[in-house]
Amino acid sequence: MAFKHKHLISIKTLSVSDILTILETADSFLDISAREVKKVPILRGKTIINLFFEPSTRTRSSFELAAKRLSADISNFSKQTSSALKGETLKDTVLNLEAMKTDALIIRHSCAGAPHFISTFCQSHVINAGDGAHEHPTQALLDAFTIRQVKKKFENLKVVIVGDIIHSRVARSNIILLNKLGAHITLVGPPALLPREFADFGVAIENNLDRALEGADAIMMLRIQLERQQGNFFPSLREYRNLYSLSPARFRRAKRNAIIMHPGPINRGIEISADLADSVKSVILRQVENGVAVRMAVLYLLLGGKESETAD
Amino acid sequence: MQEKIKARIMDAAKIKRSLHRMTTEITERNRNLKNLVIIGIRTRGVFIGKRIARLIKSQEKISVPVGVLDITLYRDDFSELEAQHMVKKTEIDFSIKDKDVLLVDDVLFTGRTIRAAMDSLIDLGRPKSIQLLVLIDRGHRELPIRADYIGKHLPTSRKELVQVNLKEVDEKDEVLITEPAGLK
Repeated sequence: MAFKHKHLISIKTLSVSDILTILETADSFLDISAREVKKVPILRGKTIINLFFEPSTRTRSSFELAAKRLSADISNFSKQTSSALKGETLKDTVLNLEAMKTDALIIRHSCAGAPHFISTFCQSHVINAGDGAHEHPTQALLDAFTIRQVKKKFENLKVVIVGDIIHSRVARSNIILLNKLGAHITLVGPPALLPREFADFGVAIENNLDRALEGADAIMMLRIQLERQQGNFFPSLREYRNLYSLSPARFRRAKRNAIIMHPGPINRGIEISADLADSVKSVILRQVENGVAVRMAVLYLLLGGKESETAD
Repeated sequence: MQEKIKARIMDAAKIKRSLHRMTTEITERNRNLKNLVIIGIRTRGVFIGKRIARLIKSQEKISVPVGVLDITLYRDDFSELEAQHMVKKTEIDFSIKDKDVLLVDDVLFTGRTIRAAMDSLIDLGRPKSIQLLVLIDRGHRELPIRADYIGKHLPTSRKELVQVNLKEVDEKDEVLITEPAGLK
């Protein structure tokens, strides 16, 4: 095994074997969180900073717990309480934090490309925890991990991704990742949220949810990202719900053993009915649980071993 | 890396005899075999541990549970390694709290693996005692650690390698001394 990346910015740079290495490593980390002593000493002495310029519950706590369970020291930075409000540039912020001798920076930013930009000048490992509408690699990895846990394979699985595709970094990372692993992806959403250009990824595009759900193995519901929508992408939330909400009646069109996924946070009653979100078909909380193990694997693989000379 | 075989130290019959002898020593020393559990260190310690459990079963009619320990996350040379070791699962589906743990490995060398294994075990629960069984003790300890049951003492030089082959994963049972070819 050789995982030779310094940073994790994008799923694009990962080979299939890199991805499988991450998933298998995560599998080994899964039971550490179930132990009485939920901690192993492997990253003792490493310093990690969670650099979140956008709000987050899951990803930030997940990275924080992953780092702590590997015995790394982690410090949280959030935009609201930082000097970024006083006009400090991103580069200055990073250089100043790095001067405190960090080993890794986990960054979430509303600008696509911010983690890549940071990786061009900083010595620490950079992990993308979501950049604008570009990518969210660890979310896609934990989604793939969850699918594999239930379905045991990816080949010929029909994965349907529903909703606000255009604003979704989760969708982008998942499309790239699941494509590499051999799943068949169908994207569904209103035309304004699902440009035809997405077909270039080699995926099926569909505007009718009922049709798309036929024979689905996994259904990934996305949140409508109102905070990213300046114009009007659809006439009303009520219309959106009528056409694209996952209801029990609609869900029956999918395969009987289909699973329902959601990266969170959920808008109950908008993209998914509350009953379905809490049903046995939903693996939403399993995704969250797996997220910690997947992020432990990513931290271990990036920070472990000698500084690798290979650049991404 | 090509390795040159310098000597064949044990064959299948010798390995079998020493496992039998060590099993007798274990049953002599552990009056309460029902409190014994075996933990094998990945990879070959697991197979030796399973063989010992089978021998105890046939001699004493007592089933001793066998667990699998991966010590990668407890290594102390982690940051010196060129690439990360693949982390494998620790599979111990019984509690080790208050148990007499028999830790099993193929070769005892610097003692660092055993240190890592003991730290890992103690994070999993507080055993009553830990004993150590190794097939080969090749010396060169860097930590104050010794084995309770030893298949064979084997004086070696540091640059030699001791290779334990077991038929569960290798072609046959044997212990070899090899030397990396092209060593300066």
